[in-house]
Amino acid sequence: MKHDFSELRLDRVTRRFAGHGGAAFNALSALTMTIKRGEFIALLGPSGCGKSTALNCIAGLLPLSDGSIMLDDVRIDTLPPERRGFGMVFQNYALFPHMTVDRNVGFGLRMRGVAAAEVATRVAKALKMVQLTGQEHKLPGQLSGGQQQRVAIARAIVIEPPLVLMDEPLSNLDAKLRIETRAEIRRIHTELGRATIYVTHDQDEALSLADRIVVMKDGVAQQIAPPEEVYLQPSNLHVARFMGYRNVLELDVAGQDGDRVTLAGPGIKLLGTRKLPLTNGRAAVAIRPEEATIGTAGDTNAIAGEVTNVEYGGRDSLVDVRTPGGAVIHVRAPHPPRVGEATHVVVPVARALVYPVN
Amino acid sequence: MAAPAPLAREPFDKSLLLVAPGALFMLLLFVYPFLYGLWLSFTPKEGGALANYAHFFSTDNLWPTIGTTLKLALPATLINVGLALPIAFKMRLKTPYQRFVTTILVVPITLGTVLIAEGMLIYFGPKGWLAQFLQFFHIYDGPIRLTHNFTGVIISLVVSGFPFAFLLILSYITGIDPGLARAAATLGADPKAQFRHIYLPLLAPGLAMCFCLAFVQAFSVFPSAVLLGSPAGPTRVISIAAYEAAFELYDYSLASAIAMIMGGVQLIIVVAVLGLRNLFYRGPMVGGKG
Repeated sequence: MKHDFSELRLDRVTRRFAGHGGAAFNALSALTMTIKRGEFIALLGPSGCGKSTALNCIAGLLPLSDGSIMLDDVRIDTLPPERRGFGMVFQNYALFPHMTVDRNVGFGLRMRGVAAAEVATRVAKALKMVQLTGQEHKLPGQLSGGQQQRVAIARAIVIEPPLVLMDEPLSNLDAKLRIETRAEIRRIHTELGRATIYVTHDQDEALSLADRIVVMKDGVAQQIAPPEEVYLQPSNLHVARFMGYRNVLELDVAGQDGDRVTLAGPGIKLLGTRKLPLTNGRAAVAIRPEEATIGTAGDTNAIAGEVTNVEYGGRDSLVDVRTPGGAVIHVRAPHPPRVGEATHVVVPVARALVYPVN
Repeated sequence: MAAPAPLAREPFDKSLLLVAPGALFMLLLFVYPFLYGLWLSFTPKEGGALANYAHFFSTDNLWPTIGTTLKLALPATLINVGLALPIAFKMRLKTPYQRFVTTILVVPITLGTVLIAEGMLIYFGPKGWLAQFLQFFHIYDGPIRLTHNFTGVIISLVVSGFPFAFLLILSYITGIDPGLARAAATLGADPKAQFRHIYLPLLAPGLAMCFCLAFVQAFSVFPSAVLLGSPAGPTRVISIAAYEAAFELYDYSLASAIAMIMGGVQLIIVVAVLGLRNLFYRGPMVGGKG
């Protein structure tokens, strides 16, 4: 087990499961990527997308069906988890209920045969890092959810692993604690200076924490890119939908000029930006509610419609506008029109992303 | 200001009445006979209240039955718990074989001790199938004596006691979150260390409980001690002594006293083991929020 490394290479990492009726399906298909030391990677996707499978494959808790994992020049996918030396934080924490906090945190060190005195110093340091000093002699059952989570993090990082794996570590915490702990996790990552792979289904978490995001669907990595890119330039319609492009309208292609595409539908004429080559006469345009505005008929790229619903949301409101063709477009507006009013939704050409449909 | 209205009384929970038949049953069929036996044991045919107990501990074919019974019951219990633990540990994961193996292992529960004893006499006897097999293939040519002695009773206690121990331990093991072992693995614990540091400490209270139940069952051994042992000698267990007092000497008072002593010995062992159990962690066996 080495503590320092320069990169972790996943090469066509695949995991097949036997499905119903004996038909095998790929829970994870040929995931290929290189993770550098110091990077924070988020695996993002809805449940069942293969993100946890990927994490378990890297941790060694699931054998690969195909592909390989290399830590620098050492092949590690054939090693059992206890010989990989990665720290892992589990979704349900998996703290040892019969051990006190300090015994839990020191477990990995004791398994490595570290001398008792050094275990004590390193455990104290790790507990200080997660701000749990003073709780050493409590059992996990006596701690709150947030404290348990921090014990789990301390236990994973105290062994100073080259790679920390986190499986939805914040999903059991309440909203306020989630945001606090999120910042803690990023701080600890920076302090350790190693690599972190973080599984989540929450875009905000992925966007705020990660250096690079792997968006997954049906076991396939859809896009591997920095947060800004995933947010602003989703590589396909799945990613766009998942990243909050709530308005997806399927329209006819009326014309193309470079990557500018003119789309038309019942009562809609729209200019958008093409992200992928279009394969037929139909295309889908994806628009983020906060990037569209309420405007007038004179604006470029204005879609006429009627306000059907307004949801107050503090700084702005979510306005539902129904087009003459029956499609509903969601827009965020600081000064919303009233329900029943005729209005226009204005979409910037660069932010109306056009994808092919089959 | 008016006095505050009294708080509503908690309504009587009628479902508590469901306990009544069970309580009545216990009272009539356990508590009353026990107290009656206790009283009977202090009213001997002759002598003072403690004459029966004095007689038991001063008679050479009575007091050693405690040792004889312990010598059978303790090893049999240890074997049962010791065998059941690794097998149940292997069976903890859902595999296609789990159900099959569990069924096979549990079958002896459905057989009575007398049936097991008869079967064992045929199979393990000096002219039984096992002896014939071993001698036919010249694997072992000496005389084979596995029945009508100490070994016969031990084998019978294991056959009848193992399924209980196995089922009990299996239910304890499957109650332990497998995620804990996975977490231990990522922290560098190989399967041996996972067992030692995670499973064993969490199982210890369950093992103690299992030991108690298996021990009590083995300590009251009677049919197999008679049918498969040598009830006059090395397997003259305490229940045989009680039986003789009751149905050969017709001294119910002495028999009750022996039964009380039997219960006392069981109680001492059970209390000791359960006392040890308190030294271990006894909380939920999952590591955090589900």
